[in-house]
Amino acid sequence: MDYIRNFFVNLAQSWTTWISTGLPPWAVDVVNYLIVGVILVMMPVIATLTLTWMERKVIGRIQNRIGPNRVGPWGIFQAIADAVKMLIKEDIVPDNADKPVFNLAPILIFVGAALLWAVIPFGRNMVGQDLSIGALYVIAIGSITTVAVLMAGWASNNKYALLGAFRVVAQLLSYEIPMVLSMATVVLVVGTMKMGGIVEAQIVPFVLVLPLAFIVYLLAATAETGRAPFDLLEADSEIVAGYFIEYSGLKFGWFYIAEYGNLLAVSAIATTLFLGGWRGPFVSAVPALGPFYFVIKTVVVIFILMWIRGTWPRFRIDQMLGFAWKVLVPASLANLLWVATAQMIPAPTPVKWFLMLIGNVAIIFVALTLLGQAAKRHAAKHGLAGA
Amino acid sequence: MQQIIFILVALGTLGAAVMVVTSQNLMRSALWLILAFFGIAGIFVLLDAEFLAVTQILIYVGAIAMLIVFAIMLTHGMMDPKQPRFNQQWGVVGGFAALLFVILAFLVTRNTWRVVVAAVPPDTIIQLGRDFVGPYVVPFEVASVLLVVAMIGAIIVARERE
Repeated sequence: MDYIRNFFVNLAQSWTTWISTGLPPWAVDVVNYLIVGVILVMMPVIATLTLTWMERKVIGRIQNRIGPNRVGPWGIFQAIADAVKMLIKEDIVPDNADKPVFNLAPILIFVGAALLWAVIPFGRNMVGQDLSIGALYVIAIGSITTVAVLMAGWASNNKYALLGAFRVVAQLLSYEIPMVLSMATVVLVVGTMKMGGIVEAQIVPFVLVLPLAFIVYLLAATAETGRAPFDLLEADSEIVAGYFIEYSGLKFGWFYIAEYGNLLAVSAIATTLFLGGWRGPFVSAVPALGPFYFVIKTVVVIFILMWIRGTWPRFRIDQMLGFAWKVLVPASLANLLWVATAQMIPAPTPVKWFLMLIGNVAIIFVALTLLGQAAKRHAAKHGLAGA
Repeated sequence: MQQIIFILVALGTLGAAVMVVTSQNLMRSALWLILAFFGIAGIFVLLDAEFLAVTQILIYVGAIAMLIVFAIMLTHGMMDPKQPRFNQQWGVVGGFAALLFVILAFLVTRNTWRVVVAAVPPDTIIQLGRDFVGPYVVPFEVASVLLVVAMIGAIIVARERE
């Protein structure tokens, strides 16, 4: 029974003792790192196989359809059928493409999606590598995606691909700033960038302390993963899938995998930073429950992102950039300033956190009021209804 | 083991750097430059300077390399591989670059660096943060003001064209 309680950590320990009977210590390390590495690298693939099905079902229900329902019960094997289709498709490389760069881009975008998993804590002591700079590492890995997208867009030698790549870079660079600022507020409250430490510090989930930071992070993450309403980089109706227009078969599949891997990763990071990660009832007595809470919370975040995708129209590019620079950045800067001030007040932690909550709610209120006034002015100026 | 990894990473970085200046295609040069930046980040990791490594990737790969790529993409005719990579001034420029290298090598080898024998403490980043708002607050703020001035200047230059 005690074994089951901390099942995952005990399993890892038994495995390590079992292989160290025949292997020198350095080989044990190599084998263990390899196993953990392979598991973490598989995360984007697992995400694709499960989340595509979930997304189709959720969006289908939102749009009053039933979604996939032919392959297996409730269509759950649809993703596998799609994967097989992807594998047997012809691999086409455009004549004037820059071939090495064209072939490297899908690999690099997958690397960016897989590396994120190294610092995400699935439970207490269940993390690939609890880097002391975890939060910063997450942001830095995001820049690999930008490089890969730009490589894909440029190497395809296609106008739509290049336009898509330009849009991606404008969008990723703009939304990186509110994302970093909202993560910085969490780091400021906790005082560490360790992802494990951030979870340990959340006696109350930070969504109840820093709701503004959570909202900003979620919006910025939606933009970073290029999902609707920020899907200008793919925008099927304008630039027909954008930067990966020329890719086919498995190379297209890598982009697809990276997209869903990133969706799962940003939801997992949102869970870690704001929803208390693996924390939940009875988790200190039964640590094996941690990963389950973690997965449940992550799926809830993913569901919210799908909900947004199913119900909102696409932004125009100037609206998108304006929203980042005129709304999200000032709001998160004000939040950062307030949290830094509240942190300095000589009071017990609950009081400080309560002050932060009040400041957050006030900033949300001010931002929404200003947005509403701007919308009214815009509507009055252009003679639109609803002014 | 560390030595072998260092040699491999250093060779990779230097090879990428050589490709930056010899590649026929300017866009490829930019991509090789990104690889060189990653190599430098790898050397920082080997030196237990995780924060520097991540910052290197965040700023050099994420921002500076992207700016270079944008400048190349938006400049007419720059991506044509038929364009000559060197103009008449390459000798002068090469000479100055060599001179700079000699000066830097001289400074690096002649200076006596302060070396601490003890292992790197695990919370270097906290120490770094304290130093930025403590003893080094003036240089830190001066650098921030410089960046703001550069940013405002860039905006004004871009605005005047309209």
